[in-house]
Amino acid sequence: MKHVVIIGNGISGVTTARHVRKMSDQKITIISDETDYFFSRTALMYVYMGHMPFKNTQPYENWFWEKNRINLIKNRVEKIDTDSKKLLLKNGEEITYDKLVLATGSKPNKFGWKGQDLDGVSGMYSKQDLDAIEKYTKNIKRAVIVGGGLIGIELAEMLISREIPVTFLVRETSFWNNVLPKQDSQLITNHVKSHHVDLKLDTELREIIPDENGRVKAVLTSKGETIDCQFVGLTAGVSPNIDFVRDSKIECNRGILINRHLETNIPDVYAIGDCAEQENAIGRRRPIEQVWYTGRMMGETLAQTLCGNRRQYNPGHWFNSAKFFDIEYQTYGWVTARIQEDEQDYYWESSCGQKAIHLVFDKNDKSFVGINTFGIRLRHEMFDRWLNEKKSIEHVLEYLKDANFDPEFYKQHEEEIINGFNQKFNANIQPKKKSWKRIFTTF
Amino acid sequence: MKIIKKLGLTLFIIGLVIFTSLIFIGKYELTESTFDSYVKSRGFKSELFIDDIQKNVVGKTYSNQFELSSDITSALENANETYKKEQQWDKVIWDKPHSLSYSLIKPSAKGIVVDNQGLFFFLTFGLGIIGALMFIIPDVVLLGPPGIKNNGIYQSKATNRGWIGYLAFIYLVSFYILLYFYADYIVNLVYLVDPISKSLSGNAASQWFLYGFLYCTVMVVMGIRMFIKYRHNKYQVIRTASVLFFQIAFAFLIPEILVRFNMPYFDFKNAWPLDYDFFFDWNIKSLINSGTLGIFMLVWGTIFSIIIIPIVVYFYGKRWYCSWVCGCGGLAETLGDPYRQLSDKSMKAWKIERYLIHSVLVFAIIMTAMTLYTYFTGVDSLFGIKTYDLQFYYGFLIGSIFSGVIGTGFYPVMGNRVWCRFGCPLAAYMGIVQRFKSRFRITTNGGQCISCGNCSTYCEQGIDVRAYAQKGQNIVRASCVGCGVCSAVCPRGVLKLENGPEEGRIQENPTLLGNDIDLMKMLKDK
Repeated sequence: MKHVVIIGNGISGVTTARHVRKMSDQKITIISDETDYFFSRTALMYVYMGHMPFKNTQPYENWFWEKNRINLIKNRVEKIDTDSKKLLLKNGEEITYDKLVLATGSKPNKFGWKGQDLDGVSGMYSKQDLDAIEKYTKNIKRAVIVGGGLIGIELAEMLISREIPVTFLVRETSFWNNVLPKQDSQLITNHVKSHHVDLKLDTELREIIPDENGRVKAVLTSKGETIDCQFVGLTAGVSPNIDFVRDSKIECNRGILINRHLETNIPDVYAIGDCAEQENAIGRRRPIEQVWYTGRMMGETLAQTLCGNRRQYNPGHWFNSAKFFDIEYQTYGWVTARIQEDEQDYYWESSCGQKAIHLVFDKNDKSFVGINTFGIRLRHEMFDRWLNEKKSIEHVLEYLKDANFDPEFYKQHEEEIINGFNQKFNANIQPKKKSWKRIFTTF
Repeated sequence: MKIIKKLGLTLFIIGLVIFTSLIFIGKYELTESTFDSYVKSRGFKSELFIDDIQKNVVGKTYSNQFELSSDITSALENANETYKKEQQWDKVIWDKPHSLSYSLIKPSAKGIVVDNQGLFFFLTFGLGIIGALMFIIPDVVLLGPPGIKNNGIYQSKATNRGWIGYLAFIYLVSFYILLYFYADYIVNLVYLVDPISKSLSGNAASQWFLYGFLYCTVMVVMGIRMFIKYRHNKYQVIRTASVLFFQIAFAFLIPEILVRFNMPYFDFKNAWPLDYDFFFDWNIKSLINSGTLGIFMLVWGTIFSIIIIPIVVYFYGKRWYCSWVCGCGGLAETLGDPYRQLSDKSMKAWKIERYLIHSVLVFAIIMTAMTLYTYFTGVDSLFGIKTYDLQFYYGFLIGSIFSGVIGTGFYPVMGNRVWCRFGCPLAAYMGIVQRFKSRFRITTNGGQCISCGNCSTYCEQGIDVRAYAQKGQNIVRASCVGCGVCSAVCPRGVLKLENGPEEGRIQENPTLLGNDIDLMKMLKDK
C-alpha cells in the first residue's frame, strides 16, 4: 500500500486527501502544526467577530478523519529528504512517504519594517494569528492596519465589530486599485469610509515604535505622521510558506516550482495551493494563485494523478469573490485594474452607491470577457457557460435576468443596466424574461 | 443611544419582575354563590367534594392562591378516591384538579390587581413593551449601516448558552409548566388581559387568552427587531410581516371575534396534524352543531390539511407554511431568532431528529385514526388500547410537554426550532413532500463556497448547509423551513432559495467547482 503524505491541512491538502480516499485505498497522512483539524481559513474573521465559534469553522466533524482512514499528525516538518523519501519532524520522528504533497500555504508578508516583530504586531492568516489578535486587541484605543488588500479590509471589519477605532494605511491611491478598475475601487473606498475606518491612502508604514515593555506604542507613516496605537495588523499580502523546503532538492522560486501536472522537479513530490508556483503562468492567471478556489481545484486534480490518472491542472474560467463590509463582490472572467487595449468596458452603479456592475468585452468581436459585480449576486453557472460559448456582450445583457442570483423579492436592476448600456453604445438591447429552461439547459 | 438602550432594558426588567411577582400577591375568597352556581352549571354529584369545599373553603380568605388551590385539589382527590373505591362512578369528577381549581380561583381573586387591571396592565405589558422597544429601536443607529449583524453573538452570555441564556431557559420552562398544568396559580396574570378579552369576545379571559395575547405581543416586539436586523433583506422583511399578520389576524383576532358571534373558536390556518384535536369528537360535534359556517370549517380544515398543504408544498416548499404562516414558526422566527445558532448540526442530531419527528407523525396518525374509528363506530378501543388514553397521552406528551415546555422553553439552549425540527408532525408530513415531490430547493452557486460555515451556524433547523454547498450540491432537505437566513448570512452569494423545475433539483452539479468539465465528469463518474 502506497503512503501518500500531505504537508498542510488547509483546503488544498484536505481536498487532495478526500479525493484520494474516494478513489483509492492508499494510506493517507496529513501533517500540520497549526491545528488538530482542518478549518476554513476564510472564516477566522467570523470567530473574532463572534459570528461563529472556532469549532464551526471546521467543515467536517472530528470523527470524519478516522472513519475515512486519514491519519492526522500535529507536528512540524523540519526537513525533507527526497533521496530516501523521508521527512524529519520537529519531535524527532521520521516519516517515510511514497508520494509527497506540499500544501503548506502562505505566510503574511513582512518587508523588514523596523519593529515588525514587536508584541502587538500580527498578520491575519493562521489560527495562531487569530489568537494573537484576540490577545493584543483587548481594551485597546486604536489599531493600525497596514496594506489594503482583502485581508486588510477583513481585519478592519473585525476590529470595527469590537468598536476598536481603526486607521488603515493603504499604499495605493484608492482601495485595491491594483486589482479593481478605478470606479469599482472608488465604490469600495467610499464604503470603507462609511464604516468609520480612518482610511489613509497613498500612505505606507515607515516603522513601528515600541513602548518601554517592547509593546507597540505607535506607528510612523511615510507621510511623517505618528499614530498612537496598541495593535498593528500587517496585511500587505502573503507569500509561500516554504522556508523548510528551500534546504531540500526541491526547486523553488518565490514558491515551489511546478509544471502543469503539479509536479515538482523531484519525482513523487507535488506542490499545490498557495505555496506552489507555476513555471509558466496559465492564461491570464498569476503563477502563484493564493485563492481558496484554486487550492481546492489543484487538490481535486492532484488526487487524480495520485490515483494513477495523471492529470494536467486545467482550471476553468477565472472566478473569485469577497465581501467588503456589507458589499459582496463576485467576479467571473477577466476584469483587470486597467482595461486592456483591445477591450471595452461598461460600468453601472446604482443610485444608492452600494451596487455596481462592471462588464468587459472585446472591442472587435464584442465577445464577453468578464464581469465584476458588487451588491448583486450572479449565477456562476451562467457566466461559465457564456464564457465557454464565447457569447457576445449583447447576448449576456439580453439574458442577464437568467443570471441574477439575489434572494427573492430583491429589487432587480437589469433594465436600468441595459438602458445605460444602450445609451452609451447606441445599442438596442431588450432584456429577456428569466427562463428556467435556459438556466437548466446545460452542455 | 446606548443610554436609551440601557434604560429600555431596565424598564423591561422592571415590567418582567412585576409581571412575575403578581403570582405572589392578592387575596382569594371563594364565595358561596360562586361555588353554588359553578357546581350547578357543571352538574356535580360528588357530595363529598361539595361538602368539603363548603365546610372548609367557602367564605375563608386566603392570602395566596397556592393554599386555596391545594385545598380544592385535595378535596377533589379525596372525594374521587372514595367514590372510585366504592365504584360510584357517576360521582367521580373527571376534571383535571388544577383546571377545576382554576375555574374556582379565577372568580375568587380579590385585591390590588383585580381592582386595578389597567394600571397593572401598564406596569407589566406596558413597561415590557416600551422597555423592549427602547432596547431594540436604537439598533437602527447602533448596529451601523444595513447588513448582516451577527457581531458578538458567540461572546454574549444571552445567546451562547451563558448564564443569561440559562436564566431565560428556566423562566420560559417555568412559565409553560404553570400555563399548561398550574393555570390556577396565574389567575392574577389572566386578570391583566380581562378587559381586552371582554372587548373582543365578550368573555372573561382564560389562561389561553393570556397566552395568545402574550404570544402576539412578543411576536410584534421581536418582529420589529427582525425588521431592523434584516432591513437590507426584503425576503426577511416580507416573511416576518407575513407571520405577524397570520398570527394576529388568524390565530388571535378572528377566533375571538367568532366567539363573540357565538361561532366556534376556529383558526383557519391551523392544519392537522399540528392541530391534533381537529378530528376529536368534541370538535367535530361542535362544528357540525354550528350551522353552515361550522360545516364549512370542518370541510375547510380537512381539505386544507389533506389537499391544499401538500399542493402548496409542491410549488413553494414547506416554507410557505413553516416560516410564512405558522404561529409556532412565527414565534421561532421572532422571539427565537437570537437563538437560531444554538441548534445542533451534528450527524447524530440529524439521526435523532429523523427518528423523533417521524415517530410523532406516526403517533399522530394512529391517534387520529383511532379517534375517527371511535367516532364512526362508537367502539372506544382497538387491540386493547383505549382511544381516550391515546388522546390523553398525545395531548400531554406531545401537545403540552413537547410543543410547549420543550418546544419554546428550550429556545435558549437548543435553538429556536426545537419543536419544528424534532416534534411537529405537520412539519414531518410536509417534509416528506418537500423531500420527494417539490419544486423547492436551495441552489448552490457553482464553486463560490468557501466553507466558512455561516450558513450551517445560522440554520435554525440544524442542517449542515455547508456540507452541500462546498460540494456544489443543491440543498434539498425534508427539514428545511426556508427561513432564508443561510442565504442572507452567506458572505459570498452562494445560496438562493428557489422554486424551479423538479428536474435536476437534487442532482449533484459540481461542474463549476472550477476545474474544466472533463475532469469534473470523471470525478462524478467515480
